[in-house]
Amino acid sequence: MPLLEVRHLVKHFARSSGLFRASSVVRAVDDVSFTIEEGETFGLVGESGSGKTTTGRCILRLVEPTAGEVVFRGEDVLKFRRGRLRRARRDMQIVFQDPYSSLNPRMRVAAIVEEPLIIHRIGSRANRRARVDELFRLVGLEPSHLNRFPHEFSGGQRQRIGLARALALNPSLVVADEPVSALDVSVQAQVINLLMDLQEKLKLTYLFIAHDLRLVRHICDRVAVMYLGRIIELATASDLFAAPQHPYTRALLSAIPIPDPEVRRQRMLLDPATVNRDRPLREVAPGHWAAI
Amino acid sequence: MRAQPTHPTVEPPLLEVEHLSTAFRLGQTDALAVNHVSFEIRTGETLALVGESGSGKSVTAFSIMRLVQPPGRIVGGRILFRGRDLLALPEREMRTIRGAGISLIFQEPMSALNPVFTVGSQIAETLQVHGRVRSRRDARQRAIELLAAVSVPQPERRVDEYPHQLSGGLRQRVLIAVAIACRPALLIADEPTTALDATIQAQILELLRELKATFNLALLLITHDLGVVAETADRVAVMYAGRIVEEASVREIFRHPKHPYTQGLLASIPGGHPGSRLRAIDGGVPSLGTIPQGCAFAPRCPYRFEPCPTEVPPPYVVGVEHRARCYLQDPAYAPALSGPGRPGRHSKS
Repeated sequence: MPLLEVRHLVKHFARSSGLFRASSVVRAVDDVSFTIEEGETFGLVGESGSGKTTTGRCILRLVEPTAGEVVFRGEDVLKFRRGRLRRARRDMQIVFQDPYSSLNPRMRVAAIVEEPLIIHRIGSRANRRARVDELFRLVGLEPSHLNRFPHEFSGGQRQRIGLARALALNPSLVVADEPVSALDVSVQAQVINLLMDLQEKLKLTYLFIAHDLRLVRHICDRVAVMYLGRIIELATASDLFAAPQHPYTRALLSAIPIPDPEVRRQRMLLDPATVNRDRPLREVAPGHWAAI
Repeated sequence: MRAQPTHPTVEPPLLEVEHLSTAFRLGQTDALAVNHVSFEIRTGETLALVGESGSGKSVTAFSIMRLVQPPGRIVGGRILFRGRDLLALPEREMRTIRGAGISLIFQEPMSALNPVFTVGSQIAETLQVHGRVRSRRDARQRAIELLAAVSVPQPERRVDEYPHQLSGGLRQRVLIAVAIACRPALLIADEPTTALDATIQAQILELLRELKATFNLALLLITHDLGVVAETADRVAVMYAGRIVEEASVREIFRHPKHPYTQGLLASIPGGHPGSRLRAIDGGVPSLGTIPQGCAFAPRCPYRFEPCPTEVPPPYVVGVEHRARCYLQDPAYAPALSGPGRPGRHSKS
């Protein structure tokens, strides 16, 4: 049984009518299905507006989906009522992109990391303190800095704090939404290494949402490419990068700059008019799906 | 770190920056965001200024345009554009340089355009300020031509649209049209593609390359993305904590990086065997006011040795038009440095 199964997920946002505009519906996520196996790193890539972030948030019900099923360990999360959802969330956590705005600036970092334990009424005060200490070490931070405020940490350290908080409840699934794109290049590699180490140590499953394809190729087992709310290609990372099938995937891969001044890549352009959004995914090779 | 021309040219460099220093007031002291920075750009050439946040690369750009806002101020150096020192010009003359001599495009194409004016009128404004058009109709016609030059589709229609009606990529094209409207000789592009999607980024870089060829533009490209550098630059200057720590041709930088910081930046690009550990640089970028003494990179440097934390290394000449501020390049220290863990193991030669 896969850890997570997303079936026909739909999220429509209503755009209210304005002075010169009739009300309309934005189909941010439009019939998206995929599964994630336990221990896997599953990449969701796409450009702005592709629906990748909304998909991640729908899975955690931070945004309520319009339709579909999100089956986690065999149960449909979308059918859960409040109490049950709250328990389910212990097992599914999120790390946000921006380490500057996602931590409360008025809380000491010890309290930020401890908060999920308090909300879920876990352990005594002393237990919790010990756990926070342990989490701090786990993500490579100095426990002597626990009483500091977020602004006293660098971007990379703040992302580690966000990660410590996400791991406080021992989740099995972590949705990582562009976890390093706001960080300096030299610091990104540190955080990526940490994510890989933690996965091994804690047997984590990642839904990794990103636009940096070099990074996705490096850390993901399988990758889904989203375009205008739909998955247009899904394959193992090695198959996707070796033999992209959909014209959009080809255009996207050909746009990655190569860090070598003596290699020029042939760019492929995509005419959006030629993409038929309604074409279904079909299996073009074992485990390789494309909407072509 | 000025280049000693290997082949003597008759023409002096278009832009010569000499010991530029820009300070920001931090409490009681001045902290140097740009610290004795020197480089030059020749006509038609692209120099990439590479660095992470807080390296001083954007402040360098603003200093060249004399647009540094208090509490920042330029405290020393010279900026020679076509032989004239921009820092000595009265503001009125500087205004004629901005736009017509040197133009600047920013990272954020939404905030750099005025939302209440049409695209055409914002291009026309630049032309009128510099007295490049006779009439409004003339200005409109020039605006349409410029939109066509930056490959905006249907320029006759787009000229009357407002910024919010355009996609991010088109807005960036409009900004480039404004920037080249008065045919500057130098375009400074501060992270011109960072806010854009990958496919759009590739198109904008292509456009910059085309414009360079068409108008013989020199380009100062400010970026943190080494992929963009490899595709666009002729020469590269790597900045760290306010100083240029290495400068060389793009080929040299990628093939034979000499400064441990440059080596670390190149090594941190994801690549190699999927799932393998990335070669990260330890620690973080120092912020203004906490810049270490001596070599600012020393606390993060795997090769630091005794002189590094005390004295700022001078720019050592390490190759043809290649300089690196690193004591490892000092022949006087060479005998003491033999043994395992020698530098150069990151280089991809």
